[in-house]
Amino acid sequence: MGEILLHQLLEKSASQHADRVAVVEPNVGEASYAELNRLADTICETLRAKGVGEGDRVGIHLAKSIASLASIFGILKCGAAYVPVDSKAPAARNGFIFTDCAVRFVISRSPEGTGLDASQAVSQPFGSDDEFLADLLLVPGASDKPTDEIDVPARLAYILYTSGSTGKPKGVMLTHSNAFAFVDWCSEAFTPNKEDRFSSHAPFHFDLSILDIYLPLKHGARMVLIGEDAGRQPKTLASLISDERISVWYSTPSILRLLLEVKDIDSYDHSSLRIVFFAGEVFPIKHLRALIDLWPEPDYFNLYGPTETNVCTYYEVPTPLPEERTEPVPIGTVCSGDTAIVMDEQDAEVPPAAEGELYVTGPSVTSGYWNLPERNAIAFHTDAAGTKWYKTGDVVRQDDEGNYIYVSRRDRMIKRHGYRVELGEIEAALYGHDSITEAAVVAIPDQDGGLIVKAFISWIGEDRPSIIKLKRFCVENLPAYMIPDRFSVQPELPKTSTDKIDYQRLKEME
Amino acid sequence: MTETVESIKATLKEYVLNEFLPGEDPEDLEDDTPLITGGIMDSISTIKFSLFVEEKYGVELQAHELSADYIDTLTAMATIIQSKLGE
Repeated sequence: MGEILLHQLLEKSASQHADRVAVVEPNVGEASYAELNRLADTICETLRAKGVGEGDRVGIHLAKSIASLASIFGILKCGAAYVPVDSKAPAARNGFIFTDCAVRFVISRSPEGTGLDASQAVSQPFGSDDEFLADLLLVPGASDKPTDEIDVPARLAYILYTSGSTGKPKGVMLTHSNAFAFVDWCSEAFTPNKEDRFSSHAPFHFDLSILDIYLPLKHGARMVLIGEDAGRQPKTLASLISDERISVWYSTPSILRLLLEVKDIDSYDHSSLRIVFFAGEVFPIKHLRALIDLWPEPDYFNLYGPTETNVCTYYEVPTPLPEERTEPVPIGTVCSGDTAIVMDEQDAEVPPAAEGELYVTGPSVTSGYWNLPERNAIAFHTDAAGTKWYKTGDVVRQDDEGNYIYVSRRDRMIKRHGYRVELGEIEAALYGHDSITEAAVVAIPDQDGGLIVKAFISWIGEDRPSIIKLKRFCVENLPAYMIPDRFSVQPELPKTSTDKIDYQRLKEME
Repeated sequence: MTETVESIKATLKEYVLNEFLPGEDPEDLEDDTPLITGGIMDSISTIKFSLFVEEKYGVELQAHELSADYIDTLTAMATIIQSKLGE
């Protein structure tokens, strides 16, 4: 190990399973392993001819497609790292990212959305006769930025930008071996085979895509691309799972909940499913229970890990769920060869079963953020033995079986009337209401220097929600100091481009 | 102007709706809706309420009166204020 690189997974599968379908883009086409590898070679050769090589970065500004998948592998084959962005994000944000990490080029279909100089775009760089690559453009990066002083790990594979609390996205640098630590662990834990058909629901700029891309292609299995639009249409997803005979599903809980809302969901044939992975946010237990009722057969796994760690803990959900469980399922035990500890605010390990912040170290963990030395100094803790731990910002505790229980984001714990309040606990209580399908609680500063706790809910009850009744429900389920001050009823809660509830936007809502 | 239980109740209703139930349909707040035991007012809210009452009516509520036993509903609130006005 350590010898093999991510794109060599594709090359190996292309030699072993040349004619098997590697990837399907529903309603567009499909590519065999040989063809996907050829497309990636075409991209690699063109980039190389333009001087791209080891130590460079290339942006991907494309909707999810066979072309964007081939771009990933083409960039890796050149020895460069890929930087995927949300193709629908504002040009200014994308421009910030591409300039920040000094890409040599961006592969795009709409150069004005890259935030770079669109007039410099090179058309048909990969030739004009290829059905998948014909309309791609290469936009040169703003290359005046010196990167020599930036501490870049060897064999950087990709940079994923996550939204920073400062408002500026920060680039998480991940190497080939970071990805392999997770992907190889998945191979052992879930034993995929070449008959499997994996959903690829997450956008490529979201870290869930690492499993979606590399695990199926490593095993000669099939990857079914789900675009951003189809990905949010529950009926389309329900049909796609049966039409494509998906066997391994992976998405955020928000998306799985949407599926549950499809009217005649139990009339679809979803018998092909054997594994359901979810990650990225807490799965409200009532929705998980409903999902398991709908699909009793597959194995369910909760995968946990900030982008900085890939996936660092996992939990196999027992099915059926024990009736008495009212809390979300644990995030489980460490995986990907990582090690975790629970620490207090003075960087000392907490007693067993006590709450504290989860620190993680190991082969799947990033070496740091692109060009943010101050941030890197805060985000990691180096212990007396010299081990560097990533501080997840997530508060956890361990249960009797050794599973980590997710408690809260560290920044989602507030003090209210002297009490410590976990906003997630209020949400969990609200989900206990039969008519509440989504709940998100935020704390907003008031004029007096205190905090207003505001609950956003989406409501399916026949009667209109009354705040008085909601508060009475809270009294029955929460201590008085945890009852939200304000309620706001929405048709649906806003989501991020990675299909999680968008807390930032909620905080800005009236 | 002489304050009656009814006129006090109307004033308090407006106050409670504005302060503690923004966005609520006024019809849902009834004279006997439990405010403290119903999770609408907490300890901080009752203190705010007592300051409002003092300002508005010149009536002082004792600490022990700021509890569900005395002021859990609009009716109860208005009754205690009215009785103190008559003293």
